[in-house]
Amino acid sequence: MTQTTSTQPLVSANNLTCIREERVLFDELSFDIHPGDIVQIEGPNGAGKTSLLRILAGLSRPYSGDTSYLGKSVHRCRDEFNEDLLYLGHLAGVKSELTAEENLNFNLRISGYDDHNTTDILAKVNLSGFEEALAGHLSAGQHRRTALARLWHTNCKIWILDEPFTAIDKKGVEELERLFIEHANNGGCVIMTTHQDMSLITEPRLTKIKLEYQFV
Amino acid sequence: MNRGISYTSAFMTLLKRDLQIAVRHRGDIFNPLLFFIIVVTLFPLGIGPEPNILTRVAPGIIWVAALLASMLSLERLFKADFSDGSLEQMLLSPQPLPILVLAKVLAHWILTGVPLILVSPLLAVLLHLESSSYVALMATLALGTPVLSLLGAIGVALTVGLRKGGVLLTLLILPLYIPVLIFATSAIDAAGMNLPYDGQLAIIGAMLVGSLIMAPFAIGASLRVSTN
Repeated sequence: MTQTTSTQPLVSANNLTCIREERVLFDELSFDIHPGDIVQIEGPNGAGKTSLLRILAGLSRPYSGDTSYLGKSVHRCRDEFNEDLLYLGHLAGVKSELTAEENLNFNLRISGYDDHNTTDILAKVNLSGFEEALAGHLSAGQHRRTALARLWHTNCKIWILDEPFTAIDKKGVEELERLFIEHANNGGCVIMTTHQDMSLITEPRLTKIKLEYQFV
Repeated sequence: MNRGISYTSAFMTLLKRDLQIAVRHRGDIFNPLLFFIIVVTLFPLGIGPEPNILTRVAPGIIWVAALLASMLSLERLFKADFSDGSLEQMLLSPQPLPILVLAKVLAHWILTGVPLILVSPLLAVLLHLESSSYVALMATLALGTPVLSLLGAIGVALTVGLRKGGVLLTLLILPLYIPVLIFATSAIDAAGMNLPYDGQLAIIGAMLVGSLIMAPFAIGASLRVSTN
């Protein structure tokens, strides 16, 4: 966005308009996200942050406008885009009937990975010893960590994260921030929403997109 | 990091997970089966135990009960995945969506269809069904219940985003179930009169092949629409 890199944008939004319940959430919104960008979408509740993230991930369709991946319209290259996308919504996608390990294993396999060591990855999110615990019996933070564990084993460039820090403790947030910076330095991009203040990712590194609550 | 997972292994992963969840949540398996058994056992009590009347209506009773049991269990097919966000992950998976939904439908059929097929001969005895129609009954159920699951899944996929989609779901898919019902009961009737019934079976088989090929695409497209 603000960074002037000569590389092709990873994701770009072209004139996105989104209308929900007869209310315009955003109108003709355009931006480019380059490798190395960490973008925070800001705005009050109901401003359309989640809607924007879902449109960028290809889950919802905008009223008008479109999104592109490496210069190509996402509709044309959905498979390639999905292969490069890691989306975590505010619903974690964690089954309470399965154990933490089974959840992680399933989430990784469904994304195509088959050579992972779930015990090591769960250790990175401080869930050692909880591998066999049913996700339904874990605390809210541990539940969230089960979903976030995927971030430690991925080669997707585009991370779209809706409120990744919900229910995560301070130390955990810092670890995640460090991971985001490392990911951005390796040529990835992070697009996220959060209401929490971040200590490591700050202004020059962080780009903000502000959504206003519109009454029309 | 290796990402070379095959279609078969993606299919098996999802199938295994759904079966595993159902095993830990046993009500999912027993509720439709229990409903099926209760409905069928109530009929002899309701219309009297005369064998000739029961024999006449048995194919219809068993099939209508199977149809309703299958419909009753349908709503859960995508509901849980939708409400905990795993459905979104499936939609965004690099694996082809039709393969994933086919795995989910197969898991659903194994959990709700197969038990019905296995228990049906017992209920046939209860309803004094001609012994010559037992094979026809099981064959029509074996070919017909997967069709019910596949067609029903399209309706569920269309209504999964709605809070009260139950009635709409019934209205959407019941008309699609009727051809299966007609041909299945007619096959069992024919078998009871020692007539050949392979024609009806062939038609149900054709419905199965047709829906097996086309329904996964329709289910995938419907899911994309309703999560919009």
